[in-house]
Amino acid sequence: MKILAFLIFGMFIGIVNGQAFLVDEKTFTHAGNQLRYDALMEELRCLVCQNQSLADSGAGLAQDLRKKVVAMIENGNSDQEIKDYMVQRYGEFILYRPRLNYATVMLWFGPFVLLLVAIGVIMRIVQSSQSNHTSQKVSSKNKLYDDGEHS
Amino acid sequence: MRQLIPFSIFIILIIFFAIGLTKDPRLIPSPLVGEPLPVRQLDELRTAETTLLTSNLIGSSFILNVWASWCAACLEEHHLLMELATQDAIPIVGLNYKDTRQDALKWLYKNGDPYLQTWFDPTGEFGMELGVYGVPETFFVDRTGTIRHKHIGPLDRINIAKAIDILNAEQNSSL
Amino acid sequence: MIPEIGHYALVLALSVAALQAAVPMIGARMGADNLMMLAKPLARAQFLLIATSFITLIISFVLTDLTVSYVVANSNSTLPLFYRISAVWGAHEGSLLLWVLILSAWTFALTLFDKPLPLKLNADIIGILGIISFGFLLFTLFTSNPFDRVIPPPQSGRDLNPLLQDFGLIVHPPMLYMGYVGFAVPFAFAVAGLLNNQINSAWAKWVRPWTLIAWAFLGLGIALGSWWAYYELGWGGWWFWDPVENASFMPWLLGTALIHSIVVTQKKAIFKHWTVLLAIVTFGLSLVGTFLVRSGVLTSVHAFATDPARGVFILMFLAIVIGGALLVFTFYKPDAAQEPHGSVLSRESFLLTNSVLLSVATATVLLGTLYPLMIDALGLGKISVGAPYFNTVFIPLMAPLLILIGLGQRAFWTNDSFRRLSDAAKYPLLATMILALGTWGMIDDTSPIMALFGLVLALWVIFSTLAGQIRHYRSSKKLITPYLGQSISHIGFAITVIGITLVSSYGLEKHLRMSEGETTTFGGYKFRFAGASAISGPNYNGTEAIFLVHSENKFEARLAPQKRNYHSGGQTMTEAGISPGLTRDIYIALGEKINDTDWSVRLNIKPFVRLIWLGAILMAFGAITALGFGNATKTSHQSQKSNQTNTTTKISE
Repeated sequence: MKILAFLIFGMFIGIVNGQAFLVDEKTFTHAGNQLRYDALMEELRCLVCQNQSLADSGAGLAQDLRKKVVAMIENGNSDQEIKDYMVQRYGEFILYRPRLNYATVMLWFGPFVLLLVAIGVIMRIVQSSQSNHTSQKVSSKNKLYDDGEHS
Repeated sequence: MRQLIPFSIFIILIIFFAIGLTKDPRLIPSPLVGEPLPVRQLDELRTAETTLLTSNLIGSSFILNVWASWCAACLEEHHLLMELATQDAIPIVGLNYKDTRQDALKWLYKNGDPYLQTWFDPTGEFGMELGVYGVPETFFVDRTGTIRHKHIGPLDRINIAKAIDILNAEQNSSL
Repeated sequence: MIPEIGHYALVLALSVAALQAAVPMIGARMGADNLMMLAKPLARAQFLLIATSFITLIISFVLTDLTVSYVVANSNSTLPLFYRISAVWGAHEGSLLLWVLILSAWTFALTLFDKPLPLKLNADIIGILGIISFGFLLFTLFTSNPFDRVIPPPQSGRDLNPLLQDFGLIVHPPMLYMGYVGFAVPFAFAVAGLLNNQINSAWAKWVRPWTLIAWAFLGLGIALGSWWAYYELGWGGWWFWDPVENASFMPWLLGTALIHSIVVTQKKAIFKHWTVLLAIVTFGLSLVGTFLVRSGVLTSVHAFATDPARGVFILMFLAIVIGGALLVFTFYKPDAAQEPHGSVLSRESFLLTNSVLLSVATATVLLGTLYPLMIDALGLGKISVGAPYFNTVFIPLMAPLLILIGLGQRAFWTNDSFRRLSDAAKYPLLATMILALGTWGMIDDTSPIMALFGLVLALWVIFSTLAGQIRHYRSSKKLITPYLGQSISHIGFAITVIGITLVSSYGLEKHLRMSEGETTTFGGYKFRFAGASAISGPNYNGTEAIFLVHSENKFEARLAPQKRNYHSGGQTMTEAGISPGLTRDIYIALGEKINDTDWSVRLNIKPFVRLIWLGAILMAFGAITALGFGNATKTSHQSQKSNQTNTTTKISE
């Protein structure tokens, strides 16, 4: 609770000092760098305003980190190197796209596995009632109301 | 029995939620724990010399406290640091973060100076090396220069005691 | 005095809720008609009491009664009247009272339309809603009482968070809660149906309208939230995959699956387990959402001031209510034999697939939202799961869904063939490919391939829906039918997809520094920074910058983004200048003042972004149309009968 208070207070001070909501403009040497920068900004999380990406956050730390990323891009560091740099200092928390490791396997493959299970379930249900169904054929009644009448 | 699956999954979810209630999602643990403290040449706050951080401290464990004059929570924990300093149990050094020299010195003058030395980091560059994201933050470093614990937020007695215990345990285990 | 009335009314409501929870259900077990009939008056009394309580809270805000601590925390006398009223639900305690009010309103509505329901079933439904109400009232009174007093009163109130001083706060929460809370009704129907072993076609017919209305409200509430975030937060985003956004999105997704499943249960009395389970879990997700927002387990910009003690209470309540319902479900064994499921390509197969896909999508969002919590609980550290993850896993799930909508709504019940379906699909498919390729090619040389996919899928839905609707009108000779509602909703969904596709693929943004008088060209428009001046409002002051925007040959807009400093809280807010349009929004946000003449600005062009919300409105409108005023949807028994009578009347085509 105290920690929450101090973090919020810290943010408040930042705002009062006019450090928040500074939308910094950049001029990169290559246009491609601008695209890389924009993409990276959406991938990194602000640790102060934890609900915002570095792209949107006005916190002082976010500004510092943005400056660092610009410097690293201009310096020729790859996206991977920039992310590694951030993770080394701030932990995995700073990445909005979790890296694939033994802890996140379920996260990245879960949806796919669920989908496979779901398809399996559907197939089971549909096929198990095929045996009940072989006797029925498309009847002339059904032809008239292809939209299931009023439903 | 297949129909038991939804209920079972739900119970597992409830258990996770219950554990989640004991955690603070805003606290970010530092990946630097267990790593050596980064070493840099920085200006000292009072003397304005440029020195190597920790050059005076090889061979003993110490506390590195990150603070700023504009930070109210830093004021909250300050008396504890003053106490620790008078007890002389463990050396305390400070890192003044994103501040002006004048404001920082005034603050120390007004509230007391528990720090053996205070390094001056006006741009926050060194703070970024340490993964600082809010002040105050305190690092507990052992004799070999390895960070053993990081406390986020204002210190209190319990946390100081726990952290010092960690440092002592490291010390004893390496003897 | 007035807060006391509100407080006492609430306590009385608690007692009434207890009676409402116990008496009708006991009566149902005993077969005592007189006890069961008490359900109606008890439910109505509860509504009146809670409404009274709510009105007194509103009055306290309008008068800025500073002896009420909730008023002090969220309002002050300089706050404009409308915001003073909406501040009632601006924070935890008041929004909880709104929750409870809306629940009692839904229950009250049920008592107005309970004629077709068997007495026992109705008693159980009202009873279950009474249990939920009792739990929430207990929670409110014991941990989150909006009527707590502060004596002596302070000099002035704090203030409503400036972000909330907006039209959005007036409409978004009530609309959202109407949906969120509304899913308690299908939940109650489901559990009551299980207890009475009455899950059948008639049950589905009764629960369907309530589900449709709740779903419509929830969809509108979510759309309003998205729109509000778009213009208020100042960055032009409309969806962030924030945990609280996800918390409202999941019941909507699963609610969509529920509606489609109810349709099948109504028509063919099958999928009983699935429908009932969906009804329970959908409301379960509503409660999970309530837990996530108010307990502090997840960080979110939407989260209310959090308190773990409150979290414990909600968690226990969630465990009891949903755990109890799922336990009842575990032992459910339907009485009547189920009709056989149709062939592989029958409509019920499509609806099953749809339902399952939506459930997988919901589970995916749930997984991503809760994963950081679970990793932390297991001691594996702290990670973040954000938009990059959700966009990667969620969007591919939507693609098969869109394809299926087009096919499923044309499929025959019970039996259909690949040949017949492909025959039905050929013209819509042709129209889709022509229009999609034409549009995509026209827009830009470098059009992203994702844009093409999105357009193809959405246009496919639109054309196949139109084809089906025309077919239906021809054969039934009636326009205003539930089928029309279905068509409208499906087209609405496609329009939302078009909006999302176009704004994501073709949206443009530029950050730059501009001096007063300077002009810049961007995205085919010319932006001139005409000047900045000081402004002040009732509880703020700040700066307003004027921008004049021209396209090639004409004047487009005069935009006035602002930077505001609110007096009481000291917060700085940025108000974007927006020129809304059907085909594009021009969006300008002010950054920082660099010096006397220079500002940092953010320019945005957002093509077709409004389609996102227009589509949502259509979806809700379709749901209301599908209620079928004067055109009751037949149950399976009735359908069989009319099938027989209709063989004699052939309609030639």
